[in-house]
Amino acid sequence: MIEARGLARRFDTKTGPVDAVRGVDIDVAEGELVGFLGPNGAGKSTTLRMLTTLLQPTAGEATIAGHDLLKDPAGVRRNIGYVGQKPGAGQDQRVADELDFQARFYGLSKHDARKKVAGLLERFDLVGLEKRAVVTLSGGQQRRLDIAMGVLHDPRLLFLDEPSTALDPQSRRNLWDHIRQLKADGTTVFLTTHYLDEADYLSDRLLVIDHGAIVGEGSPDDLKHQVSGDLVVLGTPQAQVVATKFENAVVDGEVVSFRIPNGDRALPSLLKDLDHIGVELHSVQVHRPTLDDVFLTMTGRSLREDSNAA
Amino acid sequence: MLRDTWLVFSRVMLPVLRNPVAVVFGIAQPLLYLGLFGPLLGDTGWQWFVPGLLVQMALFGTAYAGFSLLPEVRTGVMERLRVTPVSRIALLIGRVGKDVVLLVVQSLLIMLAAMLFGFRATAGQMLLGLGLVALLGIAIGSMSYAIALKVKLEYVFASVLSASIVPLMLLSGVLLPMSNGPQWLYWLSRLNPLAHVVDAERSIFNPGTVTYGLVSVAVLVLVGVFYGVRTFNKESA
Repeated sequence: MIEARGLARRFDTKTGPVDAVRGVDIDVAEGELVGFLGPNGAGKSTTLRMLTTLLQPTAGEATIAGHDLLKDPAGVRRNIGYVGQKPGAGQDQRVADELDFQARFYGLSKHDARKKVAGLLERFDLVGLEKRAVVTLSGGQQRRLDIAMGVLHDPRLLFLDEPSTALDPQSRRNLWDHIRQLKADGTTVFLTTHYLDEADYLSDRLLVIDHGAIVGEGSPDDLKHQVSGDLVVLGTPQAQVVATKFENAVVDGEVVSFRIPNGDRALPSLLKDLDHIGVELHSVQVHRPTLDDVFLTMTGRSLREDSNAA
Repeated sequence: MLRDTWLVFSRVMLPVLRNPVAVVFGIAQPLLYLGLFGPLLGDTGWQWFVPGLLVQMALFGTAYAGFSLLPEVRTGVMERLRVTPVSRIALLIGRVGKDVVLLVVQSLLIMLAAMLFGFRATAGQMLLGLGLVALLGIAIGSMSYAIALKVKLEYVFASVLSASIVPLMLLSGVLLPMSNGPQWLYWLSRLNPLAHVVDAERSIFNPGTVTYGLVSVAVLVLVGVFYGVRTFNKESA
């Protein structure tokens, strides 16, 4: 559904050229739900804008939904849906009007558009808001309207750019349900996110981008397995003693932590061994690796916003 | 293309039709000129003054059109529209169409109001006069949208506008005849295409030639629409 080779974009700025995306290869099969993960400024949106014909690549080529990105952008546009980061409905427009015009921009007749819009209002829980001006909608309602406009023509391939940014937890959950439903209906979905839980929950497969290049790829579980083992954290007065038994163990006062494969299963015998050599324990924790650990291993920096700010 | 243009036109026209009060407020300024400035020119001044006022309306009515685009660029509206297969040219022309239709309606209202003061025109003259105003509106509106898309920021766009509109208006002879001034000022006004359009508009309602004005407006339309279409076609816009 997506086959991109060496896609790159350079921006000329006042301080010199900036390579926002440095030649990425992306393959997405029909029916897949692929998450495109990376910190802010990694090149996610730029890549997405290139794949959706909004931005001309400075190098590379791609076939999107069976159409050549560079030679047939109109063909690409007819077959894809796109929900951008920012609200896509005109503030002075009415909900039903925006949906109606959107349908007609995709070539539907007046009659077909009306039928289609009625179904969408129902499906995205917008019934009763038809005549409301977009400006009066809540954030969650606007987002649902954006998604409704993006999927209105039943695209085979849907792009979502940071779909859940600025949504409250409940609207977020609701949005995720819609996205999973679209996948269940056979739509191929390509979404960018910098939220780990979102990537983890939604994606069949993840592409990790950093500094404009793909640095990792795989299912969320595959990627987590690449981090060598689970993190075991033991509280003990003999932390130093324990530390000598494990590679790369880190001691912090009376706490020692180290990584071992399959920590949950290894732990019982490990605790027995420690007991044998007379180590006294007052706490035990096992942490499965998170996507943040994955990201940290791959790029040497954390994905979380707070650690970016630090 | 035509269907797309009609759709884009309808989309931006609908909120105006739902709230037509704005159209009425739009003629407040020319009405003030008509009532508070026009009488200074004496009873015989109307035939000379009203055509100029119409050109001024075309200038001010469409030069600011770009402002309506900026919120749609800043939010994701333009982006959303540009991912649909809708023609890029339609995205421009549909919008310009809305502004020109409103301009023509407002110009007609002003002409009718001017008749109460003593302005005289036949239906044919009014039709021609509105046609010329519409052409000028297409040219300036297209440029306005293109410039707005380029500069992207309201405060930059506002300064670009005031820096270009005021000299264009002063040198067009809308308020007073340029021939009243010194030689150098008159010749400077001859370099202003708008001055020729004003002359042509006056010649429609008085004896005189419209040729230079028609040539000027034709060139303006070509340049404006070409520049507008090129800017709207550009990817980063």
